[in-house]
Amino acid sequence: MSELWEILLMFVKAFGVGGLICAGAQLVINLTDLTSGKILVCFMLGGVALTALGLYQPLVDFAGAGATVPISGFGYLLANGAMRGAQKGLYEALTGSLAAASAGVSAAVVFSFLMSLIFRSHTKHS
Amino acid sequence: MQHQTIVFRNRPRIVAVSSVAGTKESEGVIGRYAETVLSDDMFGESTYEKAECKMLSHVIDGAIKNANLRRADVDMIVSGDLLNQIISASFAARDFSVPFLGVYGACSTMAESLAVAAALVDGGYCRRAVAATGSHFASAERQYRYPLELGTTRPPQSQWTVTGAGASLVAAEGDGVQITSATLGKVVDFGVTDVNNMGAAMAPAAADTILTYFRGTRKEPEEFDLIVTGDLGALGSRLLKDLTWEKGLDLSQNHVDCGEIVYNVVEDEFQGGSGAGCSALVLNSYLHAKMMAGSLKKILFVATGALLSTTSAGQGESIPCIAHAVTLER
Amino acid sequence: MTGRSRENYNRNYIEYVNTFAPPTKHFKTCGRAFLVGGFICCIGQFLRYMLELAGLSGDMLAGTVSVILIFLGTLLTGLGVYDRIGRNAGAGSIVPITGFANSVASPAIEFKTEGYVYGTAAKMFNVAGPIIVFGVSAGAAVGLVYWLLGL
Repeated sequence: MSELWEILLMFVKAFGVGGLICAGAQLVINLTDLTSGKILVCFMLGGVALTALGLYQPLVDFAGAGATVPISGFGYLLANGAMRGAQKGLYEALTGSLAAASAGVSAAVVFSFLMSLIFRSHTKHS
Repeated sequence: MQHQTIVFRNRPRIVAVSSVAGTKESEGVIGRYAETVLSDDMFGESTYEKAECKMLSHVIDGAIKNANLRRADVDMIVSGDLLNQIISASFAARDFSVPFLGVYGACSTMAESLAVAAALVDGGYCRRAVAATGSHFASAERQYRYPLELGTTRPPQSQWTVTGAGASLVAAEGDGVQITSATLGKVVDFGVTDVNNMGAAMAPAAADTILTYFRGTRKEPEEFDLIVTGDLGALGSRLLKDLTWEKGLDLSQNHVDCGEIVYNVVEDEFQGGSGAGCSALVLNSYLHAKMMAGSLKKILFVATGALLSTTSAGQGESIPCIAHAVTLER
Repeated sequence: MTGRSRENYNRNYIEYVNTFAPPTKHFKTCGRAFLVGGFICCIGQFLRYMLELAGLSGDMLAGTVSVILIFLGTLLTGLGVYDRIGRNAGAGSIVPITGFANSVASPAIEFKTEGYVYGTAAKMFNVAGPIIVFGVSAGAAVGLVYWLLGL
């Protein structure tokens, strides 16, 4: 019973933290008119910086997917990979970030290419 | 030409029009007046650019057919659109084997092409000329903004590019709406840099052309049944009225904006319609029908255009704008 | 007239235009972003638990979760649904990893009319390119700093 309770609590934490990150991004959009590309870059860089300072890992431990699913989690992945690589040597320090993020980047490229084979863009009505 | 205004002595006339409205556009009042209503915005083509091209050739052909003429009876096609190198217009003209003048005035292209066609006919250089303009939401979106499927939010000042096209066949004689004068606008830039706020960028250009026309010809706005602007949208219209009021000209009685009337509900589209097809569609369907029916006798048609590109916007340039005015009488 | 003096000349107009700026509804937009963003994260958490039951762990678990989410993002983009979610949810659907997938897939699908090489492939990172560029650069910088600190 307590295990189920814990899982439920984890969902609540993921929802809260992930939602707060998104709401924060929306507030930035509202106040600054940044386009979506710039928002993604800013939050990704924020994730890198917080991870490098050791502040993002506790958030990941606390909220799980709530911290890894937003784009700042991508930054966390990159920085974490680089930091782990740095323990091995210079080569791993420089290549570690993309190696850690390779699953996400490969998936985005491959699936996007597949989708472009199947679909075409739709015109919009609203 | 005096005070930027050409007065056409022989009064060339619009003897036939044709228009095509996209699916979203046909939901509003325009759907009842447009000649062709699309059930599919692809118009049976494989790309949006081809669809836009087909819409243009469709309306040019439609106008020729409505005047009971053949393609060979037309001396000139004056046409333009929003795409780079105005490909829709020139590709549409490819099928006609009629001399072609490509014009670009962004969203002001309908007034510009009408003025050029009327000048050619009035001067006796052409017996008949077709002025045609169109735009397509999807092709404009992919050129100026983002891919269609990208999930971005639309700022509240933004407008919605009209899918539609219109053509007017201008002839030296015959029954129709007379083109009595054309006022060619100057490029005006008040320093607006927000590419989502076209209404605010274009309002000064519209005000400049309208003021020049009324000052130069010593006419009063009251003489017109309608003063129609192209695609200023709700905010731009408000700014235009303020700008002209400041200079002692009251437009509030008879001003209407094509962008504001082209859609049924302006909620989703925020400020209303825009694009070269907006004024072309409204002029060649609704306004022409009202003038032929006699409920509108004299209108001032002012189409406005924002002369920016993605490159200029990327380099942080402000948005230069232009407005051309044409007076139409029945 | 130089650019600068023209700017001064027009400042009144710009200020006047800004008085018409429609009020942004912070509560509504941020609320929606919160709900949709939170919901997507919950899907991620759900996938995490499911894959954990399937026996995955560590880096592979995290990687597989993002791969599945990216797949869902590209699929919804292809079906023409994701932009509709984005129109209402704003940052709620931009910031999660599915938004990254959307920003890769949408130009890929959009520009396939210009061919698979110079359309789809060349323009795939039209929107998402900066994320890779700045992400990899920042990652390399972090790695370099940590390596220097560890010497």
